[in-house]
Amino acid sequence: MTYNNQRIAYGETLVRLGRENPDIVALEADLGKSTMSFMFQESFPERYFEMGIAEANMTSTAAGLAQTGKIPFTHSFAVFSAGRAYDQIRQTIAIGNLNVKICGSSAGLSDFGDGSTHQAIEDMAIMRAIPNMTVLCPADANETVKAVEAMVEFKGPCYIRLNRNNYENVTAEDAPFAIGVPTILREGTDVVVFACGIMVGKALAAAEGLKEMLSVKVVNVSTVKPLDVEKIRKAAAGCKGAVTAEEHSVIGGLGSAVAQALADMPVPVACIGVEDEFGCSSHDYEGLLAHYGLTTDVIVREIRKFA
Amino acid sequence: MAERVELVRNLETVAKRIRRNIIESVGVGVAGHIGGSFSSADMVAALYFHKMRYSPTDLGRPDRDRFILSKGHVAILQYAALVEAGIVDRKELKKTKTIGSCLQGHPDVMKTPGIEAGTGSLGQGLSIGLGMALAQRLDGQDAKTYVLMGDGELAEGQIWEAAMAAANFKVSNLVGIVDRNRLQATGRITERFNTNPLNAKWKAFGWEVIEVEDGNDMPQLLEALEKADKAETGPTVIIMDTVKGKGLSFAENVVGFHNGMLTQEQYDLAMAELA
Repeated sequence: MTYNNQRIAYGETLVRLGRENPDIVALEADLGKSTMSFMFQESFPERYFEMGIAEANMTSTAAGLAQTGKIPFTHSFAVFSAGRAYDQIRQTIAIGNLNVKICGSSAGLSDFGDGSTHQAIEDMAIMRAIPNMTVLCPADANETVKAVEAMVEFKGPCYIRLNRNNYENVTAEDAPFAIGVPTILREGTDVVVFACGIMVGKALAAAEGLKEMLSVKVVNVSTVKPLDVEKIRKAAAGCKGAVTAEEHSVIGGLGSAVAQALADMPVPVACIGVEDEFGCSSHDYEGLLAHYGLTTDVIVREIRKFA
Repeated sequence: MAERVELVRNLETVAKRIRRNIIESVGVGVAGHIGGSFSSADMVAALYFHKMRYSPTDLGRPDRDRFILSKGHVAILQYAALVEAGIVDRKELKKTKTIGSCLQGHPDVMKTPGIEAGTGSLGQGLSIGLGMALAQRLDGQDAKTYVLMGDGELAEGQIWEAAMAAANFKVSNLVGIVDRNRLQATGRITERFNTNPLNAKWKAFGWEVIEVEDGNDMPQLLEALEKADKAETGPTVIIMDTVKGKGLSFAENVVGFHNGMLTQEQYDLAMAELA
């Protein structure tokens, strides 16, 4: 099955895995039609808990389920599942290293119409800062399928952020995926771009557009934490510069992680992301991304600064 | 009847030993949450040494009853019970809250055997208990989850989210216990932040309410726990009126012993009173 939407890929994959693994349970805070957790409810009503519009309780209830041998997936928009429930995640899940999976749906600016209150541009920063937490940001729907499979196999707390909107896959359906492993999608020697989520495709487009002039390497960093520092350093070694691209604040996300990893290397880093400001409403997603400089053109511009 | 008298006497003795353990772990000149530990000590004795099904030698058995200390700041009370149950080594008591100790300032599932839930950020234990009770039900286990809360803690909104959810899911194997000692860290609850009336609130949230007039009286506690066993249609809460610092003459109803320090003199007096 090929998907072009991370939410749908997520929802159907969770159902498929739920058939194989009776320990998987799902909790939802009244956004099941958006997060696609309603698919799980249709297949496994007894293992689905509509927790009402109460993210804090949902999150700690998941902790109790995990403590009792279940593999709970909590669902809401990323602003709520990572932001509103931060304390519950920290105190009742992460300190105990519990096997709870947190789905941050409609992350980044992908809920374009709803504006700043619903656009999670700091969720990865918050989740990264919590010890024991793993943070996933798959590049596309193909990778989302494999990420959800890996989350079930993985023991421990894990946050996954998903995009709301449809877009073309940039990774192959049969490409290998493992939590913690960045993948080189395009080889290059002049400049390296580290990207996650929807920005991976834009980074590939930028590299393609520059191919007559520059050799640009593109690395898909779908596990933002733990960051494979050695692989990141190896990918950057010898390059004139590194560009990071993420649909997230430039503070605390992929850019911060990569810059820290490369801090003592002679490779300057330019970070593309939402500058230190909140999102806003828009009638279309691509227009909003452009408003915040999250475009192929901006990636091209930053790459060329290193040439 | 004679059996009951014997049981009560034994549990009262255990409760006294638990209180001694608490004093031992707090020691002299180090702050410790003595007040709220002592108010709940009798209930914890009743749970760990009579009511709850668990095995000190097989802590992971899936059919066990579970206890969650939502008022996690009185961790020393739970440690005192775990020592008495033989789950935690007695010699750890004196190391409480020192670097590297398995006995942290608040319950930590990673560090202490027998701790079922990480608590300390108040208001979250009932949600964790709800998750456990739901899992017990999914697994077809005839087991209960007990969650001990403070009356000050009830100001946390998440408690009421969990209360609504537990009633919504008709979780009859979840038992909440409110230690109503009427004092919070900074003074009397009625003067600082009044969480009363409790009975009407819990009832309105769909819970069966059992009130205990004297929550430091063992026969009354046993009776309440037995009543809670009869729940069939939804969650039950036991609201027990207690005395903060109960059993320690100089600490009873004294706000300062919410998280107070003992002098050597007070320590000796406490041990004499609990002998």
